[in-house]
Amino acid sequence: MPAWVVNSAYLLASALFIFGLKGLSHPRSAVRGNLLGAAGMLIAVAVTLTDQRIVSFQVILAGVVIGSAAGVLLALKIRMTAMPQMVALLNGFGGGASLLVAGAALIEAQSAPGAPTGQFSVATAASGLIGAVTFWGSLVAFAKLQELVSGNAIVFRGQWLLNAAVLAASLGLGAWLVAEPQRAGVYWGLAAAGSALGVLATIPIGGADMPVVISLLNSYSGLAAAATGFVLNNNMLIIAGSLVGASGIILTQIMCRAMNRSLSNVLFGGFGARVAAAAAGDAVYTGRVKSASAEEVAMLLETARRVVIVPGYGLAVSQAQHAVQALASLLKSRGTEVLYGIHPVAGRMPGHMNVLLAEADVPYDDLKEMEEVNPLLKQTDVAMVIGANDVVNPLARTDPGSPIAGMPIIDVDQARTVVVIKRSLSPGFAGIPNPLFAADNTLMMFADGKKAVREIARALSETAVSA
Amino acid sequence: METLITAVTVFVLAMFVGFEVIVKVPPALHTPLMSGSNAVSGITLIGALLSAGVGHTMLTTALGLLAVVFATINVVGGFLVTHRMLEMFRRK
Repeated sequence: MPAWVVNSAYLLASALFIFGLKGLSHPRSAVRGNLLGAAGMLIAVAVTLTDQRIVSFQVILAGVVIGSAAGVLLALKIRMTAMPQMVALLNGFGGGASLLVAGAALIEAQSAPGAPTGQFSVATAASGLIGAVTFWGSLVAFAKLQELVSGNAIVFRGQWLLNAAVLAASLGLGAWLVAEPQRAGVYWGLAAAGSALGVLATIPIGGADMPVVISLLNSYSGLAAAATGFVLNNNMLIIAGSLVGASGIILTQIMCRAMNRSLSNVLFGGFGARVAAAAAGDAVYTGRVKSASAEEVAMLLETARRVVIVPGYGLAVSQAQHAVQALASLLKSRGTEVLYGIHPVAGRMPGHMNVLLAEADVPYDDLKEMEEVNPLLKQTDVAMVIGANDVVNPLARTDPGSPIAGMPIIDVDQARTVVVIKRSLSPGFAGIPNPLFAADNTLMMFADGKKAVREIARALSETAVSA
Repeated sequence: METLITAVTVFVLAMFVGFEVIVKVPPALHTPLMSGSNAVSGITLIGALLSAGVGHTMLTTALGLLAVVFATINVVGGFLVTHRMLEMFRRK
């Protein structure tokens, strides 16, 4: 097929990608948007296969069959609670593919007559480095989220010195490759250094900072694809890669803003502060915490006119989303207004809570963003916090010295009564006590989220029968 | 130099389009946005198809094969899991 046909098809595919992403701005158009994106991909692949340079389709077929089988299996088997791991893994594969394609292109170019252009060698170095960082960084993020390794930050002495040295080595190898693109060994050295960098840069980032890391790796996987586009001089890769790069950058910014931290603070620090503050828990809680039974909570809910449910990662851990939905429908059938207040960093990736609640058939319109729900909390009878901690800690507003000072929170303390369902008084990721748990209008229910919510629902339906 | 500038132009303009389109995605749909855009970044597949199919050397074919596997997992898994999630949002 002549080049102009191929390039026109790529233009069409690029347009479909853009329409596809645009479709994601509303749940009604989102399914179609995703299908448009998939159609764009199909067109791009189909037209590429007409390239006359392709001499053998067996290898391609083998790769596509293996990849599709694994992709389908992953996509259908994965549980919604495990979505952060899934996305981390997919990011990693994208980055890995860019690393390999740039490597293969380099080897081909080395046997071609004439020296490769500057664009080619710079892009190859970028593609190899970003691809390797994305691949290994994503695998580490996957292992942490899947709890194959400890999800906590892994820190050791001299860590930053080591990371700086590995970064310097990567950049040095990159420069060497640009200067002498005939040396394939340098490329694989660069890939090895990038791999080490990906691992080292991800291990010191723990738990609640994962949404930032996944967003950032998402952006890297796009930028790696764009860099490969510069290697192959292919606009399709450049356009699609930069769209994804932009998406990841925006999400990273949103996540950082939601934690009131700079990106560099998430990546390079933030674990220094928590050791000092951790000990103060007893002073805050002793003698002030009131605990409640399921029956008491049910009595509160019985007379409530508006209930706001604030879910956190704990809800995902105890798989409580279906139980919560059942309780909410019960309340709604009795005429109570039920809303969900979702903090942007609740869960382990952007939008994670919304997916879990959507899985449990919670109507999209009941899910309120932090900015929407906060003004309503003053007129809320019961705020139910399920498995969330730092995102409802009033210290963020009141204590300028706190590690979470200035972080936007959901103001549940302003509701008439706050019910906190949590297994213990253990601190959240920030490692600080939460005065909300000891507040006068707070009742603690110490239990597993799913069990507690079910008991409350049972108690509520029993009082309804007896009344 | 000419082709480089053209490529950079495309890159920068596509970035702007990306920013404009994606800031409009509501936070509730950020997880499907990530998995969906992830599938799009699997576009490296078309580069991988060429590496695997051109048959330059055994080494490039092997690298290409592995790249095709990786990129296909990314594309197929990404679009499919996004579809699964979005269906949940549409049900109500």
